[in-house]
Amino acid sequence: MNSPGNGDRAGNGTSVLEVRDLTVHHGQLRALNHVSLQVYPGEVYAIIGANGAGKTTLLRTIAGLHRPTAGSILFDGADITRVRPERRATSGIVMVPEGRRLFPSLTLEENLKVGATYARTGPWSIGQVYELFPWMKDRRDQRTAQMSGGEQQSVAIGRALVANPRLLLLDELSLGLAPVIVQRIYGMLPQILASGVTILLVEQDVSQALRAASHLQCILEGNTTLLAMPSEVTAEQVEAAYFGLAATTTGNEGSHPLWTGLTTSSRGS
Amino acid sequence: MDWVNDIIQGIMTGGLYALFACGLSLMFGVMNVVNLAHGDLAVVGGYVALGVIAVTHVPVLASFLIVVPIMAALGYLVQRTLIQAALNRSVLTTLLVTFGLSVVIENALLQFVNADSHSIGTGNAIISGSFKVSSAIQIGYLPLIILGVAVVVLLGLQYFLSSTKYGRLIRAVADDREAAQMSGVSYRHVFGVAAAIAFGTLGLAGIAQGMYSQFAPTTGTTTILLFAFAAVVIGGLGSLWGTLLGGIVLGIADQIGSQINSAYDPLAGFVIFLVVLVLRPQGLTGRGAQS
Repeated sequence: MNSPGNGDRAGNGTSVLEVRDLTVHHGQLRALNHVSLQVYPGEVYAIIGANGAGKTTLLRTIAGLHRPTAGSILFDGADITRVRPERRATSGIVMVPEGRRLFPSLTLEENLKVGATYARTGPWSIGQVYELFPWMKDRRDQRTAQMSGGEQQSVAIGRALVANPRLLLLDELSLGLAPVIVQRIYGMLPQILASGVTILLVEQDVSQALRAASHLQCILEGNTTLLAMPSEVTAEQVEAAYFGLAATTTGNEGSHPLWTGLTTSSRGS
Repeated sequence: MDWVNDIIQGIMTGGLYALFACGLSLMFGVMNVVNLAHGDLAVVGGYVALGVIAVTHVPVLASFLIVVPIMAALGYLVQRTLIQAALNRSVLTTLLVTFGLSVVIENALLQFVNADSHSIGTGNAIISGSFKVSSAIQIGYLPLIILGVAVVVLLGLQYFLSSTKYGRLIRAVADDREAAQMSGVSYRHVFGVAAAIAFGTLGLAGIAQGMYSQFAPTTGTTTILLFAFAAVVIGGLGSLWGTLLGGIVLGIADQIGSQINSAYDPLAGFVIFLVVLVLRPQGLTGRGAQS
């Protein structure tokens, strides 16, 4: 299936993931409003946005953990909107969830083994993960609860990789980690990409996302406000999309947009 | 010597209580389901054993080879249909649904079997007998076998949970079922497997109860469920060896209580149960409930 309107990406063939007009509600609250996106093989597609913009909701809906109110999700051209999360995982959409979500009563290696239980065939194995993260081998029998945030994040990535995903969903890798650790983890992405995995990531840390991504989408209060390649946008454009032209200084995401009519330059610090 | 005998007899009875309790503990630890039909299902296991023995004429002691798989299949089925449907609504709904299941089972047994008590004869004089350790201490072979079965079941469960693929998945799902789903694990299926194991132990519990004393349609709620609960709470929720410890504490309390006054027999155990609940609500082994 060829997707129109993506002149620069047409050479990449069929999209791995296509999200069409996705609307998701949390109870009464509309978390996503007609969001669409297309991810092509080999891309690092980054979704940025402020806290509460709907990024995590988008990723969780793609993983199957939320039911959309409207819209559809296509994986390799097949509609998976109603498919259960575990079936999506075994067909190749694997998520590294926000907050790592490791199994605390399991050892490091057991966490990886659970990830590998229903794995697709592919280049990644527990041994390969130990090669990517050499420190893991010596600590494989430790519980992950005693590990540092960066180590836990690496285990979470390893647990996702051993499933041999085609599309890896990374939710807020940088959350709660020191900048140097964040850089080290993002430094692993090229190796993961080289194994044929496509990456869709959500990131609050905009500069990190801009460095890592080949494609960028900004959402604000459930709406897409920017769709571009990092190389072709200016910091001002990203800022405007991220804050919605201008920010309130209160930090009340999700409240009524008070900023209508203000300009970019009036954004507070 | 009376005290020594009480303690030894208590430990023996503790094996039976642990057998009652381990399935309850497993289902709570894995899926947060407090199965109020647990005792009735053990009684169902006892009736299934009676039926199997009557139809196939297998040796009584070998009947578990047929009863346990039947109960395990029933467990998978009940979990995937009734209990999962309740879980999809809320954990509280599972209380109502399993309570309803308990009422239905009891009344169905009264309707289709009868209210009489049944026991499962071991058909073997040696097993029904006992041996003398000293002049004051006699140990019955049957309680000893039941204690042995309980220990083997607990060892088997421990091995299964720690060292097999499904055991690992059960622990993963108990930790975080959403994260397990993201790794391609169908938690519903894993819940079904856990329930199958829990119901399998109920098959053993039913046979043991029938051999040790007797059962009637109401034995499940009046006896088995109560002792199972007490053993689980005393030992610690979600802890396998805690259920054995809880069962043994309960058994010893019963023996000593009846030694003081035969009217105190069941009372003493439940006094201990209350004391543990007040002083050490996480149970003797101290592992709290998983959320």
